[in-house]
Amino acid sequence: MAASTSPPPESALPAPPESPAALVSQSAATVVDVAGLGRSRATAFVAPALALIAVFLVFPAIWTLYLGITDYRLTGRSARAPEIVGLDNYTSALSDPRFGNALWLTLLFVFGSAIVGQTVLGFTLAWTLRTAGGWVRGLVETLVLLAWILPSSVVAFLWIALLDRDDGTLNTLLGTGGTAWLVEHPMASIIVFNTWRGTAFSLLLFGAALGTVPPSQLETARMAGASVLAQLRDVVFPHIRGHVLTNTLLISLWTFNDFTPYLITAGGPNRGSEILPVYVYNVAIFDGQLGYGSAISLLMLLVNLVIALFYLRLLRERRS
Amino acid sequence: MSERERSQRERGARRAGRPAAPRGGAGTGRAPAAPSEERALTGGSAGTTVRHALGRIGFYTFVAVVTAFFALPMLWLVAAPFDATPGLTPSIPDFTMRNFRTLRDNPYALASLRNSILLALGTAALALLCGALAAYSLSRVRIPGRDVLLYLLLLLSSIVTGTAAMVPIFLLMFQLDLIDSRAGVVLVLTGGLLPAAIFILKDFMDSMPRSYEESARVFGASPLQILRDVVVPVTRPGLATIAVWAVVNVWGNFLIPFILLLNPDKQPAAVVMRTFYTEGGQPNLALISTFSLVFSIPVVAMYLFVNRRYGFRFHGGIKA
Repeated sequence: MAASTSPPPESALPAPPESPAALVSQSAATVVDVAGLGRSRATAFVAPALALIAVFLVFPAIWTLYLGITDYRLTGRSARAPEIVGLDNYTSALSDPRFGNALWLTLLFVFGSAIVGQTVLGFTLAWTLRTAGGWVRGLVETLVLLAWILPSSVVAFLWIALLDRDDGTLNTLLGTGGTAWLVEHPMASIIVFNTWRGTAFSLLLFGAALGTVPPSQLETARMAGASVLAQLRDVVFPHIRGHVLTNTLLISLWTFNDFTPYLITAGGPNRGSEILPVYVYNVAIFDGQLGYGSAISLLMLLVNLVIALFYLRLLRERRS
Repeated sequence: MSERERSQRERGARRAGRPAAPRGGAGTGRAPAAPSEERALTGGSAGTTVRHALGRIGFYTFVAVVTAFFALPMLWLVAAPFDATPGLTPSIPDFTMRNFRTLRDNPYALASLRNSILLALGTAALALLCGALAAYSLSRVRIPGRDVLLYLLLLLSSIVTGTAAMVPIFLLMFQLDLIDSRAGVVLVLTGGLLPAAIFILKDFMDSMPRSYEESARVFGASPLQILRDVVVPVTRPGLATIAVWAVVNVWGNFLIPFILLLNPDKQPAAVVMRTFYTEGGQPNLALISTFSLVFSIPVVAMYLFVNRRYGFRFHGGIKA
């Protein structure tokens, strides 16, 4: 293999419903211009894609650096002639309890629904289903995947109906009529919702990962009388450590950027579920404080950058 | 060992026609159960059978609970559209197809589905065209810094999400006078999908034998002819994957069209769906349920198509 080519990441990072499967590229050292494209035509072929990416992906990200230090507003005087206000947006964000609230709720949301909820449920399902027979496995996997692929507007309403105060299914089943789950427990509701929504990815990833654990080692551990927990800790985990980290980083990134809770609670009641994405929307687009919203956007981009860099480092380590 | 587990073990031992080990005092811990455990390990059939049976019971209980958790919210989606008097709690429907007439008669419902199709196909076509051209020349012509470039783009597309960059994207489109333009939404969505599309397509093109193009060139085909008559047919699975992936992504996307399209005549189904249950009075459940179903069917159908054709783990499935 040619050492000169830097390896591409194993998985295409962005957006589900993409699988984490390996994208192993061939050695690039053998590349010859077989179709006779020539460098100029090749550049012309690449240009439209690069132009679109530059204008609609790269430019907005870099623009937040400038926008975040202005008092840009949607209407009024500062809409026509925005002024540079320096770091005012950042200092007022840090002293704004509403921002602190959003940050705390986001942490709670990511930790509760992604790091705990999806990971634990996804792994437990992958572990228990690995030996299960055809139809049981098929049924569970289909339902979990359906929850993942249905459009977010639809699942949002399904959950509003499920948790409705007067004739929601949950209250009917539990006999807790009159409990307004989305008003009384908004964060718990969206955490359970997001666990339901996103477990599929962890299930698929861990399902593939468990296939890499040699059955003979598990068998030996079982013969030696190791409990299930001991088997998981001492035999399974060392084999799938990389997958666990990959899974945690990716679902944290996606959950951190998830706007779907807006469709269920819109950040309410009384900002009780106003996670950062909803906060940015409410402040910047709804209230029109674009400069301030850009500052928050930049902070979100930085968090994404940190998670993504961790992920890339992880991939490189696993490769070497 | 829990009290419950211990008593289950004793019951099992009793059933096997053997006196249960005497119950130990508070301080004896595991001791009382040890004999039966030993028997199980040395091949005693009774302990093993009981443990196995308990394991099965535990397994099916877990599967039932998980199935209920995942299926419960979705029951409404399959029951309510065919119910003459749809409520929020799913019930055995008093079968009717009349609800679909409500859907047909709503002026926004069908128009919004048409908008969804326009956005999805427009984005898929543009991403496919630009992505395939770029991927092909990146695969066949050695452009300096190519791997680093691809790597950076992929990293960027996972960092610059619609949520984190909604403010600068909104402002950019505002300045370009592309608010309320479906073409504008297509451009933004394409920019976001292109890096991963190029990455995956390049992978497909790398694995295509160069001899095909060489022989086409021997017969005097021009580069564009080679692309159209050789490369496209050979890499069709990759192109189909990207097309389906793009359509599914755009079909479910709420945020970007939500902030960029204000005119309800131009909004896609994901956005219009929300107005059905947030705007004014009692939600029309006949309309919402049928609309949800019709809106969900395409993604489920495409998932089934991809799953059957290539296996859900796209990349591994096709390359293997």
